[in-house]
Amino acid sequence: MSNTKLVLVYKGFERFWHWTQAFLIIFLAVTGFEIHSSFSLFGFETAVNLHNKAAWALIILIIFAIFWHITSGEWKQYLPTTKNLKAQIEFYLTGIFRNTPHPTKKTVLSKLNPLQRLVYLGLKILVIPVMVMSGLAYMFYRYPQAGIIKSANMEDLEVIAIIHTFGAFVLVAFVIVHLYLITTGHTITSNLNAMITGWEELEEDENEPSVNDEPVFVTEPKI
Amino acid sequence: MQNFKPILTFLFAVIAPLVIITLALREPETDHELLNQLREKYTHQHKLGIDHSKLAILQQDFTNPHAITAACLSCHTERGQEVLKNAHWNWEREAFIPGRGVTYLGKKNLINNFCTGIASNEGTCNRCHTGYGWQDETFDFTNEYNIDCLICHDNTNTYEKQKGAAGYPVMGADSPDFRNIVGHVGRPGRYNCGYCHFHSAGGNNVKHGDLEMALLTADRTIDVHMGVDGLDMSCVECHPAENHQMLGRYYGVSSSNTQRATCEQCHGSVPHTNSKLNEHVVKVDCRTCHIPTYAKVNPTKTYWDWSTATKRQDGKPYELVDSVGNVSYASIKGNFHWQKMAKPEYYWFNGTADHHLISDKIDLNNLPMKINTMFGDYHDKQSKIVPMKVHRGKQPYDTENLTIIQPKLWDKEANQGALWIDLDWEKALEKGMEYLDMPYSGKHGFIETEMYLPISHMVSTSDQALSCVDCHTRNESRLANLTDFYMPGRDQNSTLDTIGKWLILLSLAGVLLHGIVRVFISRKNKIAETHK
Repeated sequence: MSNTKLVLVYKGFERFWHWTQAFLIIFLAVTGFEIHSSFSLFGFETAVNLHNKAAWALIILIIFAIFWHITSGEWKQYLPTTKNLKAQIEFYLTGIFRNTPHPTKKTVLSKLNPLQRLVYLGLKILVIPVMVMSGLAYMFYRYPQAGIIKSANMEDLEVIAIIHTFGAFVLVAFVIVHLYLITTGHTITSNLNAMITGWEELEEDENEPSVNDEPVFVTEPKI
Repeated sequence: MQNFKPILTFLFAVIAPLVIITLALREPETDHELLNQLREKYTHQHKLGIDHSKLAILQQDFTNPHAITAACLSCHTERGQEVLKNAHWNWEREAFIPGRGVTYLGKKNLINNFCTGIASNEGTCNRCHTGYGWQDETFDFTNEYNIDCLICHDNTNTYEKQKGAAGYPVMGADSPDFRNIVGHVGRPGRYNCGYCHFHSAGGNNVKHGDLEMALLTADRTIDVHMGVDGLDMSCVECHPAENHQMLGRYYGVSSSNTQRATCEQCHGSVPHTNSKLNEHVVKVDCRTCHIPTYAKVNPTKTYWDWSTATKRQDGKPYELVDSVGNVSYASIKGNFHWQKMAKPEYYWFNGTADHHLISDKIDLNNLPMKINTMFGDYHDKQSKIVPMKVHRGKQPYDTENLTIIQPKLWDKEANQGALWIDLDWEKALEKGMEYLDMPYSGKHGFIETEMYLPISHMVSTSDQALSCVDCHTRNESRLANLTDFYMPGRDQNSTLDTIGKWLILLSLAGVLLHGIVRVFISRKNKIAETHK
């Protein structure tokens, strides 16, 4: 192994956002699929109330997260790239079994591999917006009240419900794969540790500016 | 201390707004101000401004009921003309029905799914007419002295109309105490309305299921409005009359969406403190959730098969009684089914209805035949989901002319062709159609029929109202038969659910397989390493 250094990869808000979002999405899935009558846990009425409250919490969280991404410049992490994309896919399909090293170097300025960039960007600009929009439509769905409110008229819930349910299936599948891919880091738990503590051992790269130059990362790890 | 600063900042900047906004999104406190106002309003007893027992004209022993009416009209000079325009008097109303145009329909000329119709049976059916003497087509509907004022306005609850006397009370020695009755007249009470409406179709609660004798004494759990331990409201509080024109529609005889008595007239269109419930009001009628069961005290007839009538035992008509004491068979009427604590059926309804007229042809490809058709569907803006009692049965029909046949059921004497006396279908059918001046081929059969009766009474206390899962459930949803819209919890798109299921299963299988291979290979490598 080459030279590694312990660096703060995930800042405080980032971790708070990640874990709160993780909890909310799982909670929304549980209550949502109960509303879908897939199983019974809280009871339909409670499930609806909890689902709606969690939805608002997630929307508020997303607003904060968007603000954070813009002001911190972290949004650039999700710029898609085709560089190493094929190599990354090959790594997951074959390389990982042969213990070959990760094709993409993880650095503070580029935390995501090209596959992650694509998938997370897809979540951020497609799946989450579709879920929020269809969810709000679901929440504010009103049958046309004798034509009084014309602009908000929705004749039927079916299309909204189908979109929202499909998005939910996609998100559940994402969570399953995401949870598994946590274990594919440098060690089995290094990704998980990093998202909990913020700190991760990363290879030092001479070509990139040293993380020590960043004024934010002055505190020492508290592991 | 330095270390706490970012944490505190974080708490204030992120957590606090979340908490505040969540608190602000809470449901508002329950406010039943409107209910309190209504309680206040209906607590005040209605008091008459006159004591009728002190009126000189009523100080006499009446022997002729027409004379009582004349006495009433001598003071209430214009009321007679008002009643002459009333549906309780005319038993028909003007209405526009799509496909038929302007019609004059009502009890006078419509068929129903119980005793089929009044034609040729006026002597007994018209006991419930608010008049005296409508025994055949010669009755004078323009004579206000034929009005029976007392059946609605007797406040002693002792006035009765005689059986089989076309609306007349018993006269002579056994007559009701007219002097007492005319001295105590006033606004109609539950007894007055119930005298007819509780007993329609030949017995207590037989027809409606939500209108019966028990409502005279029942508590709030049976009917939250009329309960004697509650506001003890009378019918006319919700069915007020202006110049003898009452609010209220019964769709066995009505057709148009006017003059209806509704919950909203007191409770408003957004009666709940919970906005989710108020949203439901757009498509769900109040009654759907608030009348979860009807026939709460006594059973109601839900099925009536005329085809088995006229059987005899030892040459005589007989009755069979089921295990709970309900008549399940009567030679004069056929087979019955009864239900107590019945669950309503639910249909879209926009307040307009059509009726199968006795002159209409029956479509044998479209059975059961609907005696009345309730208009409405999800996409109709005026339609709401309404609870109904559906009375099913079999009615006689002409197998050649394909019309319903009105049998003659009743007569004062034997051998006049009345089914209930002579037990002879052929004669009864012949006589009935002859009375109507309608053709009868001489060949009859029985077809399945249905009649729809919206349930409006026996409103439960709010804690007994339906809850979400009564409808929003995949199995045994109360609204299982209303399939023209998507309802969360009840409906699913099976293609989407299959795709979703496979998406999740394949994801799981993929990561499991990937993981197993990884574990397997790393073990092999470890073993190889230790062997080195």
